[in-house]
This record gives sequence, structure tokens and C-alpha cells, in this order.
Amino acid sequence: MENSEKSSVPVIKLALSWAIVGIPLLWGVMQTLEKAMLLFQQ
Amino acid sequence: MNLSFLEKKNTVAKPGYNRWLFPPAALCIHLSIGQVYAFSVFNLPLSRVVGVSESVSADWELTTIGWIFSTAIFFLGLSAAIGGRWLEKAGPRKAMLASALCFAGGFYVSALGVQLHAIWLVYLGYGVLGGIGLGLGYISPVHTLIDWFPDRPGMATGLAIMGFGGGAMIGSPLAVGLMDYYATPTSVGVANTLLTMGTIYLVFMLIGSALVKIPPKGWLPRGYTPPKTDHALVTTHNVLVSEAVKTPQFYLLWGVLCMNVTAGIGVLGQASVMSQEMFPGRVTVQMAAGFVGLLSLFNMAGRFIWSSASDYLGRKRTYTIYFLLGMVLYALVPTTGQMGSITLFVIGYLVIMSMYGGGFATVPAYLRDLFGTENVGAIHGRLLTAWSVAGILGPVLVNYIREYQINSGVPRVEAYTVTMYIMAGLLVIGLLCNLAVKPVDARYHAKVP
Repeated sequence: MENSEKSSVPVIKLALSWAIVGIPLLWGVMQTLEKAMLLFQQ
Repeated sequence: MNLSFLEKKNTVAKPGYNRWLFPPAALCIHLSIGQVYAFSVFNLPLSRVVGVSESVSADWELTTIGWIFSTAIFFLGLSAAIGGRWLEKAGPRKAMLASALCFAGGFYVSALGVQLHAIWLVYLGYGVLGGIGLGLGYISPVHTLIDWFPDRPGMATGLAIMGFGGGAMIGSPLAVGLMDYYATPTSVGVANTLLTMGTIYLVFMLIGSALVKIPPKGWLPRGYTPPKTDHALVTTHNVLVSEAVKTPQFYLLWGVLCMNVTAGIGVLGQASVMSQEMFPGRVTVQMAAGFVGLLSLFNMAGRFIWSSASDYLGRKRTYTIYFLLGMVLYALVPTTGQMGSITLFVIGYLVIMSMYGGGFATVPAYLRDLFGTENVGAIHGRLLTAWSVAGILGPVLVNYIREYQINSGVPRVEAYTVTMYIMAGLLVIGLLCNLAVKPVDARYHAKVP
């Protein structure tokens, strides 16, 4: 069965779902990058 | 209370569902359970629960505390192996809910254990209960991701498993911040931190569980035509989990995963000390911490990048790259130490770590190629026992060989040379396992009703 339907999911729901996981992940990456920068401080 | 929304048949997506809603659901689970890699931030505070400002005789030893993480990883492997079949029947929503309750419950029981200063409660909580939550959570989205993304299974599973790598990046600063907030002159703040984190993860994982939808039977993405016949290593058939474990392919992939993880995990645990000992006086404690942070980033990014690339390169070729490139890099690491080149040392390890993460993330798609989609969650669960074995083997090899070398009078700067060559040797075994992988014999294929 091929999906011939157009997505009926509102863009805002999709954006919100990704934001829920994206924001904490971005925060974690920023924290790690900050720590990683110490490697380049001689 | 009506719990029918948990039933697998009630999680089937209605027409018009956007498949890109599923990866965030999977990430809610994997970003949470990935916290396990950051558990070491609790080690020192847990060794000062009684003495608070310093460890006293009534406090737990670090070796006693170390068993919390080991127990959790052991139960991860066990629950993934046992729970895989149940997951296939119950569906991802029920499995994610069970994972959320076990994982968060583990935090709560451990908080009580810390409050009462009863280590067995912490073992039972974070170790056993939390470990079961880890195992169920890890495998819960895999099958559904492959169903939603039959055109790009490597990318889809890589996205979720990348979350497991990223979980530590959130869990570590979160735990440190909360302990700072809750700490008082009479408490290290661990119990309250565990309670708070358990609640945060429970909410986050419940959101993931609520978002989950499985595709209707036979659903295919627009414009995608599945292959009608077997193509190279990609089958159009399905193999039952009970049959899969009888095939040589299962054990070859078990060897592939075990060798790749053993080589990576041992180094990951020793990265800070190793960088300081290989470059004495040049790599400070702070720089070593930065190095470990960079390794985590590449471990996470590698999960997505390599796994996505495997959709185009093919799984067997991707693992061949992991092993060949890994062997060369491990063999060259001692030379970078002799050359005194921190830059080459760091670059070498960053590539190694990206392939370590990639190895985890590519294996579900490899299993799908060989055994079909139908039982991939359960087969993946069984295969994760390789991780449990590697989790013990890797650190033991690196730590004991280093110790033996130093005790035999080898200077610390050269104490890792033999270990690196052994790691390269492990990758040779992994390469041979990978090269021996052939399509699964037709006698193992499930009968089509």
C-alpha cells in the first residue's frame, strides 16, 4: 500500500515535536563543546 | 481505567500521518536512557553521602559504587535479549511505557537507597530496574523506525541511536547542576537530584510513548518501490528470532558488534588518563576533560553520519571501512605518541570514536537486510548481549594490560602501545567475521501464510 495521502499533520505539531528533543540536545551539545574547548587552551 | 490506547492495534497511524513525527518519539526515549553513560558524575558525590565534605569510613567505596553502572549495563543486555519478543507482540507504545516506568522507577528507588544509605536499594533501583528500562527503551523504536523508513533504514535507526549517544551530554550537566542546587552543608544533594531527574525523564519518555504510531500493514513511502527479489545481502524474506539464532550470520554479526564495541569502549573509559600519560606535562586535566567531551561529540555524530552513509555504501562495506580504518588508526596511535603530535593523536581518536558510534547505529539496518523487517526488534535485542560482553572485555583489556605494562617497568608514556596493537587485532577478528557474512540460507526463512 503506497502512501498517496498528503500529510495532514500541522507543521506546528511537527516543529513542536522536534523542538522537544532538539532543544535539550542542542543544550547538551553546547555544554559539551564548551568543555571541549578546554583542549585548545594551552 | 481504560488502557486500550496502549494496544498495538490502537497505535496504527491514520492516513495522512507524517512519518517525521516518529523520530522525535524515538529520541524522547533514547535521549533519556542515554543518561546511563553520564552516571559517573554521581560516583564522587555517592562516595561522600555520609561525610558530605569528604569520604569517611562509613561511606561507600568507589569500587562498590562502580557496580551500579555495571549492573545497569548487564540488565540492559538481558532485558533487550528477553524483552525483544514481547516487544514485537506488544508494540512500541507499551514497550516505551514499560521502559519509562522502569527507568524512572529506578531513579526513585535509588533516591530512597541513597537517603537510607542502603547500597542494595541503589543496585536494585538504578541497576536492575533502571537496567531493564534501558534495555526495553533501547530496542523499542528500532522495528517501527525501519517500518516508517524502509527507503533509509540506516538513517532512521542512526537518528534514534544518536540520541543514546547524546543523552549523556544532557544527563551529565543536568545532574551536576541539580547536585549543586540541592547540596547543603549536611547533604551532597544526590537523593533529591535522582528524584528530580527521574521525574524529568518520566515525563519526557511518556511524551515519546504518546507520540508513537506504527504504519498500517503494507504502508510504503510515496515514490518508494521495495525490491521484489533478494538483492546481494538484502533479503525480501523474514526470519523468526528462534531461527535467526541458529544461523551463522547471527553469530558473525555478534562478533562484528562485540569486536567493534570492545575496541572502542575500553579506550573511551581510559581516554582522559591515556591522553595525560601519553603526553606528560603537555595535556592537563582540563585539556583531557575537553578531549573526552570531543570524543562524546564524535561518538554521537558518527552514529547518524555513518549509519546514514550505510544506506548508500551497503552495511557490509561500511563495517569493512570501520574495521580497516580502525586497525590502521589503532596501530598508528603509539606512533603519534612517539612523534609527540597531540593533533594527530586527537584526530585519530575522533575518527575511531565516530566509527564506534557508527557500529552501534548501523547494526539494526544490517540485521534488517539479512533477516527481514518482521522480527528485527527481537533479533536486535538478542544481538545486544554482544554489548554486555564487550562492556566487560574492553575496559578489562585496557586497564589490566596498562597495569601489567607499568608494573613490568614500561614507562607510562609507552604503556598503551601493546593495548593499541591488541585493539587493532580485535578489529582484524571483527573484519574476518564481517567478510564471512553471506545471505541467510532459504531454509531459515519464515513461511509466508
